[in-house]
Amino acid sequence: MIIAKKKPIEEIIGEVENFDRILILGCNECVTVCEAGGKKEVEILASALRMNFMAQGREKTIDERTLERQCDHEYLEEIRADIDKYDAIVSLACGVGVQFAAEKYLTMPLLPGVNTVCLGANEDRGLWTERCQACGSCILARTGGICPVSRCAKRVMNGPCGGSTNGKCEISKDVDCAWQLIVDRLKALDKMEDYEKVAPIKDWSTDRAGGPRKVTREDVKI
Amino acid sequence: MSALNTHSRLEKILKAGHLGVTSECGPPRGSDAEEVKKKGLLIKDYVDAVNVTDNQTAMTRMSSLAACIHLKLLGIEPVLQMVTRDRNRIALQSDILGAASFDIPNMLCLSGDHQSFGDCKSGQNVHDLDSMQLVQTVRYMRDEGKFLGGDAIKRPPKIFVGAAANPFADPFEIRVPRLAKKIACGAEFIQTQCIYNIDKFKEWIKRAADRGLTEKTFIMAGMTPMKSVGMAKYMKNKVPGMDVPDEIIARLAGVPKDKQAEEGVNICVEHIQELKEIKGVSGFHIMAIEWEEKVPEIIQRAGLYPRPQV
Amino acid sequence: MRLKIPANFRIIRVPCTGKVDIIHILRAFEKGADGAFVVGCMEGDCHYNEGNFRARKRIEQAKLILDKVGVGGDRVKMFNLSSGEGPLFAQYAIEMDNKIKELGPSPIRLAKQKKNKNAA
Repeated sequence: MIIAKKKPIEEIIGEVENFDRILILGCNECVTVCEAGGKKEVEILASALRMNFMAQGREKTIDERTLERQCDHEYLEEIRADIDKYDAIVSLACGVGVQFAAEKYLTMPLLPGVNTVCLGANEDRGLWTERCQACGSCILARTGGICPVSRCAKRVMNGPCGGSTNGKCEISKDVDCAWQLIVDRLKALDKMEDYEKVAPIKDWSTDRAGGPRKVTREDVKI
Repeated sequence: MSALNTHSRLEKILKAGHLGVTSECGPPRGSDAEEVKKKGLLIKDYVDAVNVTDNQTAMTRMSSLAACIHLKLLGIEPVLQMVTRDRNRIALQSDILGAASFDIPNMLCLSGDHQSFGDCKSGQNVHDLDSMQLVQTVRYMRDEGKFLGGDAIKRPPKIFVGAAANPFADPFEIRVPRLAKKIACGAEFIQTQCIYNIDKFKEWIKRAADRGLTEKTFIMAGMTPMKSVGMAKYMKNKVPGMDVPDEIIARLAGVPKDKQAEEGVNICVEHIQELKEIKGVSGFHIMAIEWEEKVPEIIQRAGLYPRPQV
Repeated sequence: MRLKIPANFRIIRVPCTGKVDIIHILRAFEKGADGAFVVGCMEGDCHYNEGNFRARKRIEQAKLILDKVGVGGDRVKMFNLSSGEGPLFAQYAIEMDNKIKELGPSPIRLAKQKKNKNAA
């Protein structure tokens, strides 16, 4: 899923300072699961903002709403009828949701309430870690199911580099060496012979580098 | 705008109030430097400085810095073009120091064409900085004497910093604001995209002058002679951000094929003569693409020769 | 056992402090409370194992938020005691009461009062 992190409340306060009618808009998908932008976080942020302005003796309308998804037309359309009630929307969705809403409501200021971090997994309670960078051409079959693109700080395709120490990355003792993990897993799979296959120079044209990406499916288009 | 910040001849000429003239050399697609030296010597006496392109259109070539060094050793003043596509801020700063170590006194900061136009379509791009941030970086290194990381530089680079501007790209309304941003970042000179639509260019530079921008930077008008009507059509239809009016195409089409190149040079010379009189035009950047031998003729006919001695 | 406790607060009973969420604390203040305290079981004695630990973390979060919005995190506190410690409960209540009196009315309550006065 997409992992996001709540923006510091003072940053959001600064962004909404000059608006009087604000909608805090949550998303029921990824950001709910990673506890950054779901209904609960909407309630907390809205309450905090109301109190912030109340404490300053300022009156603002700060409403709450959470949509099923912000990356789909049909759910985003649900707020169309009410859109004129607001001067700005703080979206707690990932960057996709914020932009999709901005595209839909051209004259409505859309302010992000979270920082979108990565594509990751819920590794433990309160711990979300990166697993994929959406490079567009998956090589996991060759790397024991562990991704050197997202998990190696140097994105080394034939690792580990010389900085790998006791299974940890040179950038931090808290970061696993992706290539140590790959080797461990290749061993477990009894596929160590794969390790000696030199990974070819990667085609990055399917990555972000090749420009904004899209998937077109004629078979599902109507 | 009069105090000199570097030893650049280009800076001296522009600040003395002369029209500056630059041209460009593309480094070779191989390791033989003779080609670039030959091109340089061909135009040496007709220009104040020679731009050396940095893997233009994302085709892999000899490094711009290496080619600049070859020219510098021949007594030709280079303008090091540097794109942000291929190098991060470590490499950019490092190359700036490398250039300064050879006293290469000018730089043109660009973002660079996307790699999908070149011979490494599957490559990564870097864009750690953008062109405006690169301008800021060079100015910071020169004026503050520091690396981006904050440490002091021993012998900071003395480099006259330029940026590119396209008066014709869309949307037109932001062309001048964008120029203003580049100037605010510290661009001391501007070399423009090839100009064919003279009226639109005049409108652009007038708007820039109205905002006082032409007092803050030296704008060098970009000129590229057309070799043929085919080239004109290609530029019009295939090159993004290029504005080639139909009358240019018609004029080239109106002469026999073997006279088209000559007509292209005529147009170029006429355009320079016309723009010389325009307030805010500080010089010309003549990009004769793989046609460097025509540069001396254009410069002579346009009345820009001999070059002032400063 | 009849113990004297300050009469100026409302007790809201929850099955476990693990039920208390950040928003509950914030709402109390939004409605004009001058302070809030959460009383959980002794750490390690939670019937649901970690309810009171969760509560403590949420209280910490609420404190941070209240600090940032100008209400003041000092107005919230968590206490732990066992069900047999009535006197301690009373003592904590008095302690909290004194603390809040020292801090004075919450800016939210003042703003609300002012608004009502203007309206009237």
